[in-house]
Amino acid sequence: MKTQIRPALTMLLIFTVITGVIYPLVVTGIAQIAFPHQANGSLIVIGGKAYGSELIGQPFDAPKYFWGRLSATGDFPYNTFNAHSLTASSGSNYGPLNPALMEMIQARIDALRAADPRNTLAIPVDLVTASASGLDPHISVAAALYQVQRVAAARRLSEAEVAALVEKYTEGRQFGFLGEPRVNVLLLNLALDKVQ
Amino acid sequence: MNIYSWIQLAFYLVVLLALVKPLGSFMARVYQGERTFLDPVLSSVERFIYRASGVNPEEEMNWKTYAIAMMVFNFLGFMALYGLQRFQAGLPLNPQGLGAVTPDSSWNTAVSFVTNTNWQGYGGEVTMSYLSQMLGLAVQNFVSAATGMAVLAAFVRSFARHTAKIIGNFWVDLTRSTLYILLPMSLIVALVLVSQGVVQTLSPYKTGALLQPTTDSSGKAVTEQVLAIGPAASQVAIKQLGTNGGGFFNVNSSHPFENATPFSNFSEMLSILMIPAALCYTFGKMVGDTRQGWALLVAMTIVFVLLLGVAILAEKGGNPVFTVMGVDQAQTNINPGGNMEGKEVRFGIVNSVLWATATTAASNGSVNSMHDSYMPIGGLVPLWLIQLGEIVYGGVGSGLSGMLVFVIIAVFVSGLMVGRTPEYLGKKIEAYEMKMASIVILIPVMVVLVGTAAAVMTEAGRATIHNPSAHGFSEVLYAFSSAGNNNGSAFAGLGANTSFYNIALGIAMFIARYWVMIPILAIASSLANKKKVPASAGTLPTHTPLFIAWLIGVIVLVGALSFLPALALGPIVEHIMIFG
Repeated sequence: MKTQIRPALTMLLIFTVITGVIYPLVVTGIAQIAFPHQANGSLIVIGGKAYGSELIGQPFDAPKYFWGRLSATGDFPYNTFNAHSLTASSGSNYGPLNPALMEMIQARIDALRAADPRNTLAIPVDLVTASASGLDPHISVAAALYQVQRVAAARRLSEAEVAALVEKYTEGRQFGFLGEPRVNVLLLNLALDKVQ
Repeated sequence: MNIYSWIQLAFYLVVLLALVKPLGSFMARVYQGERTFLDPVLSSVERFIYRASGVNPEEEMNWKTYAIAMMVFNFLGFMALYGLQRFQAGLPLNPQGLGAVTPDSSWNTAVSFVTNTNWQGYGGEVTMSYLSQMLGLAVQNFVSAATGMAVLAAFVRSFARHTAKIIGNFWVDLTRSTLYILLPMSLIVALVLVSQGVVQTLSPYKTGALLQPTTDSSGKAVTEQVLAIGPAASQVAIKQLGTNGGGFFNVNSSHPFENATPFSNFSEMLSILMIPAALCYTFGKMVGDTRQGWALLVAMTIVFVLLLGVAILAEKGGNPVFTVMGVDQAQTNINPGGNMEGKEVRFGIVNSVLWATATTAASNGSVNSMHDSYMPIGGLVPLWLIQLGEIVYGGVGSGLSGMLVFVIIAVFVSGLMVGRTPEYLGKKIEAYEMKMASIVILIPVMVVLVGTAAAVMTEAGRATIHNPSAHGFSEVLYAFSSAGNNNGSAFAGLGANTSFYNIALGIAMFIARYWVMIPILAIASSLANKKKVPASAGTLPTHTPLFIAWLIGVIVLVGALSFLPALALGPIVEHIMIFG
């Protein structure tokens, strides 16, 4: 066994340097030169001020904004990191029969109906369920269209204007077939604020 | 199922299978010590490593030396990783000033990463400094995967050799796996991921304004979002390729900074199964009969596709309780539909379920959706794939090793049925091999069932169950299945960062890794030592459709007999509760 200790120690050391120092630094170096925007969190910067990230959702419950997925992150929705409570990304992890899941969904349905009593459409499933990360920046196109009437009324815009913006911020399937068509909620809401 | 669902599934399988031959023959060259196109860059590094370590690459080992080298190396890795976590508060590259990790969590995580399990009781962005992630976790991602591949290489050689006492040099297999296979592939995948939006930086976390301020649980106003970032892409690449699965962030690859787009998702999913699938071809090449490798690949693919189909149907069907509440779960071109609880919109149902199936077919354990929120049958599929021993493609190295053990059992049982001496690739399968193979199969079963029983019978085990009733039992069963087969995924509602689970699951992971690998090396030694028997009319050919069907039958039978009673108490009863 003794004869194996030296190679074990040396190899651990060398591989720590190669895979734990050189490799991540090389990737960081190339990433910072070739893809600086993506490597640093795809921040949305408007007039020098950072408004979150294109990839991370934010909580919305005002009628004039489109609402995103439900979020089960700790302490408050769409919490990406809280230094005091040490909470961050999380799913609800409710099983399919958990009464708490049904309460959560019913509360969301009630809130959607209360904010828009005239709307009798069936509610798309992604609008009443919590995302895996609690940070999902997207909703389905159906979930966005469901909310057009409410947002338009709250902002005194025509539904056609709002629907046109939804279409503008709809991302298709990547390369035409990968993933699901979706709408980036934060970018859409920022655009709505800019219009007014 | 709309047309896009079919296209995405087909695209994944076609790319995966198309890579088998080129990657598989490259890996065969690596393990046979032949020249590869990377030699001009890497062979001098390789020679330097051997010189510095005092290793003679020409000198091969018997199985005991091989096992001792592996254990010593893994033990030192464990110590280093444990120490790094305990002392991270005082070490550099800790911009958020995160404190020392607790002793029980450090133990659990160190065992977890050294054994290639990557079970995570902690949340990455609130627990681990950049230094711990890079120098500790990412390093073990590489070398624990390389350890599994090394043991497989030794196992495969034992079929190719005859009347030999030696099965290879652990240090050479470890070095070549890391340097020629894992490192170059990780570099490519990491850069693809960054291009898609996976973060890669050493800067502190960023702050952004909330467009609509909100309030926290204590009623205080929140106007800002602290965006956790870090050197994620480099680590995510190897966590996928090395079937490790330990996420940079708490929610693993459902976090947009860990898996930003459908294409990053595709790349990460492909990385899970790419090496395990290709190793089948490597095996065929090294034993001099590629048909044998293809036969195993076909058997794996059949099981994979069937179970994938079952899980997709379960999740696409959605939750009938939602429908009663007036929720629209029908899939259209603008609505992903199905059970979207715990899933991300950009992936939808198909890419979530495909990932869940791949990650548990392999011993990866990364997730892009929350398995805890799957429908009962949707959750049963990943759970059962883990319990089958992750041999359907399986972990890098460990998966094919496990599959070869099942082949030995299948050959043995068929030999008993027709009354001939069982043989595989010209090697007689005798009592010793069968004893060791039985240990390999039975140890994880025992760890899973005894562990689950112990947990649900103790207050400490029941205290942190998240979901009521049968689903709560499934959470515990999943945890011990995952640890007891070195997977690492979870029904994550279970609060596993407690002393009880940290210690119990740590023990489970340790037993499941080494009490499987050491018997495998023992079989390897015994096989290498045997004479090669020429094939005769009485030899059962092991590359035919008949044998593939037989092999699948044996795998399913063993898996069903071992776990059906436990599954009946969890997902099966839950399914009946929902669907009557």
